[in-house]
Amino acid sequence: MSAPRLAEGVQPVLRERGQREVFCGLTGIVWLHRKMPDAFFLVVGSRTCAHLLQSAAGVMIFAEPRFATAIIEERDLAGLADMNAELDRVVGRLLERRPDIRTLFLVGSCPSEVIKLDLSRAASRLQGERPGVRILSYSGSGIETTFTQGEDACLAAMVPELPVLAADSPPRLMVAGTLPDVVEDQFRRLFAEMGIEQVDFFPPRGTATLPAVGPSTRLLLAQPFIGTAARALESRGAKLLTAQFPFGAEGTTAWLHAAARAFGVDEMTFRRVIAPGRERAKRALARHAEKLAGKRIFFMPDSQLEVPLARFLSVELGMVPVEVGTPYLDRTIVADDLAALPEGTTVSEGQDVDLQLDRVRAARPDLTVCGLGLANPLEAEGLATKWAIELVFSPIHGFDQAGDLAELFARPLRRRDLLRV
Amino acid sequence: MQLAVWTYEGPPHVGAMRVATAMKGVHLVLHAPQGDTYADLLFTMIERRSARPPVTYTTFEGRDLGSDTATLFKRTVADAHARFQPDVLLVGASCTAELIQDDPGGLAEALRLPATVVPLELPSYQRKEHWGAAETFYRLVRTLCPAERAAVRLPGRPRANLLGPCALGFRHRDDVEEIRKLLDMLGVDVNVVAPLGATADDVARLPDANFNILLYPEIGAEAARWLEQTHGMPTVRTVPIGVGATAEFVEEVAALAGIDPTAALDAAASRLPWWSRSVDSNYLTGKRVFIFGDATHAVAAARVAADELGFEVVGLGCYNREFAREVRTAAERYGVKPLITDDHLEVEDAIAALQPELVLGTQMERHIAKRLRIPCAVISSPAHVQDFPARHSPQMGFEGANVLFDTWVHPLVMGLEEHLLAMFRDDPEFHDEAGPSHLGAGHTPPVLTVVPDTGSAMVVEAPVVAGWTPEAETELKKIPFFVRGKARRNTEAFAAQQGIARIDLATLYDAKAFYGR
Ligand code: SF4
Repeated sequence: MSAPRLAEGVQPVLRERGQREVFCGLTGIVWLHRKMPDAFFLVVGSRTCAHLLQSAAGVMIFAEPRFATAIIEERDLAGLADMNAELDRVVGRLLERRPDIRTLFLVGSCPSEVIKLDLSRAASRLQGERPGVRILSYSGSGIETTFTQGEDACLAAMVPELPVLAADSPPRLMVAGTLPDVVEDQFRRLFAEMGIEQVDFFPPRGTATLPAVGPSTRLLLAQPFIGTAARALESRGAKLLTAQFPFGAEGTTAWLHAAARAFGVDEMTFRRVIAPGRERAKRALARHAEKLAGKRIFFMPDSQLEVPLARFLSVELGMVPVEVGTPYLDRTIVADDLAALPEGTTVSEGQDVDLQLDRVRAARPDLTVCGLGLANPLEAEGLATKWAIELVFSPIHGFDQAGDLAELFARPLRRRDLLRV
Repeated sequence: MQLAVWTYEGPPHVGAMRVATAMKGVHLVLHAPQGDTYADLLFTMIERRSARPPVTYTTFEGRDLGSDTATLFKRTVADAHARFQPDVLLVGASCTAELIQDDPGGLAEALRLPATVVPLELPSYQRKEHWGAAETFYRLVRTLCPAERAAVRLPGRPRANLLGPCALGFRHRDDVEEIRKLLDMLGVDVNVVAPLGATADDVARLPDANFNILLYPEIGAEAARWLEQTHGMPTVRTVPIGVGATAEFVEEVAALAGIDPTAALDAAASRLPWWSRSVDSNYLTGKRVFIFGDATHAVAAARVAADELGFEVVGLGCYNREFAREVRTAAERYGVKPLITDDHLEVEDAIAALQPELVLGTQMERHIAKRLRIPCAVISSPAHVQDFPARHSPQMGFEGANVLFDTWVHPLVMGLEEHLLAMFRDDPEFHDEAGPSHLGAGHTPPVLTVVPDTGSAMVVEAPVVAGWTPEAETELKKIPFFVRGKARRNTEAFAAQQGIARIDLATLYDAKAFYGR
């Protein structure tokens, strides 16, 4: 455990190295496959990986599954079967049955990485045989990625596939990080009203046409966990715009403002365009502020959304963050949100779950944001909790979701007030 | 390599977790990457347990691999022991750690901790969850009840152990309560229930009982066999699901205990026989039922369905190959082909082809049945949160039989109701848009469209479906809405089978005759 002070004005960060209680990057498949309905995600892994996906996807079992696991078996490991030939066979069968698939992601897992199965080689080999389908690979393994980093790895794998945006093309906005379609549409309308018509969302809703990238690209991140993909886009010339993340009235204003400035939208226009949404958001937040103001909140590390959400809850709703745990702190990307956290907030990176739970019990916060494995046990100890995973699966960005986002935190508290059992 | 979308069973270390979580004073240290911690939610969310499972994971990362994952493992074991002070420390590896070959057992023993250390070998690339649970329980029993441990016979009533109840088990909590009551009435005391709720000391006391009752062979069979061989303890193997099986169970227990079961059998009657004989149940006769689950529950359900409800078993299968023999034997009795598979797509194909009127299965079959619009009840794990009810809802014993009657018959339209619906179907109130009255006015029944039942969730293109002539379409509309979907599917399946491209009135009635009894 150490608490180095990194730079002037920057919070000291508590770094811990013990048991982590966070999903691995495979979990991202649960929302990525819905975002890109013409893509299929084939995990090359073990029964554990298949079981994780099934448990994390839980309620989504009805959905037409566009993901599967190629489970490595004893005979593969014993060398009785040539693993590459096996993979070819599985992929062949899959693509035959799913002619609608335009992009196939081979997703690496801990077992495939430990046995050094080279999925990028496998992808290019298979690509040679199947020109109609784009075949890419990335790692979602638990030894390399936590939870939302799976999306980062997936997007980073797509970057080399993006067409070139001509250097002399007029500036184009790229919004990166998966957003629900409804939220994309809201942002697209706002950008259009400001006069920013050229907007691409990445990942796109289908993989047949991918957005182009080049020096004229202005890159705005919708999610804080896609640092690797952002750097890959920067290396293709994109200019990264940093701002607070678009949560709540203020965060969304700051985020949209970053785009407006980059595209030379005049202040008057910007204010006029955002005014109605911003007002709606403020009104919606006011309804929850009473319940949330002054309440102490503890974030267990989960999705890397923790720092921006803690900023939203403290600045816009008056909550008091006790500890903001995040699996990985990307200081550049969350710089604006980090700077806005109240003085004295503990930011922690990594995890030793037992020590952290000791701190939760000692602090007795009013609300603890944590994973599904921890929520009921904490509730049983009399501590209110909010499932972190819901923050990843629900539409929470932008003006018109600000109220819903606050609601997610207010509901567990309201419920405790209601119950007489 | 095996292509899997959904799986019936997790990896074997999840089985080990189920045993550790069921017990008291037992802690499991798993050499595993961070993502494997997802398994905690199975217990805290699906089973709503109020405590974290007693499991510590090493959560090694990529950068640890080159250096020293063994040191990390030793440190984790020492820390977990210091924090949780368990009587028994189970150590094992998940799929990834199995590949690194750090030898968790050897490393843990080298620490010389003041706890019983039980190393587990859990071959992730060959075995599955139930095997892992059975193996873990067996290892515990072997370690804690060594051969030289002499039995202590306590004075008083005969004593039995209940073997197999576990965490995340389908209705295990309620079954144990039911069987306890039954044994008490019979004059038999329960010595130990294990693994559910047992401490290490309790497990060590297993040999003190007169005999064992194996409630869940999937989890307890290995341990029971070992206690039989090493401690000479006989085992009751009849699984008391259903009225007939429960009566046999009582007789088997009574014989081992040297007790006359007549009084207990008379006192503990189930309502199922009368409910099943009452005239309203006539409509249950010959209902075609498809059964799939773990072998024990599937075989038991088939017997209840056929002998106690008068259903026709049209399909029977299980996902755990280890018990395939039992399912094959039972399938022979009902004259059906046993379906032994852990591929849910194969199960879906079978259900789609057989078009049963009721499916008894796991949560997987519930989803399949929902897609195919067939009534369904869950009889076996894997189960979902709604299959862990707040109320007492056993599957075993005489009360369990009552529960089976209610939960299997409920999804079917009630007999009386079915006749009334048929009688009044031409009335103006019975037009298509009228939903069931209990849903209130304005409720529109779902439009029954054809589910493309190629039987495979992996296939997107709809199968070639024969077209309907206007007359046949009109005739179809005269069939009550709640069976119309099935009539349409049956007719289309029949047409496809006969190579008929256009469905007319004759096809409709030929199909009806073909599927009718
Ligand atoms: S942590 Fe590794 S082994 Fe576990 S589910 Fe994730 S990728 Fe699979």
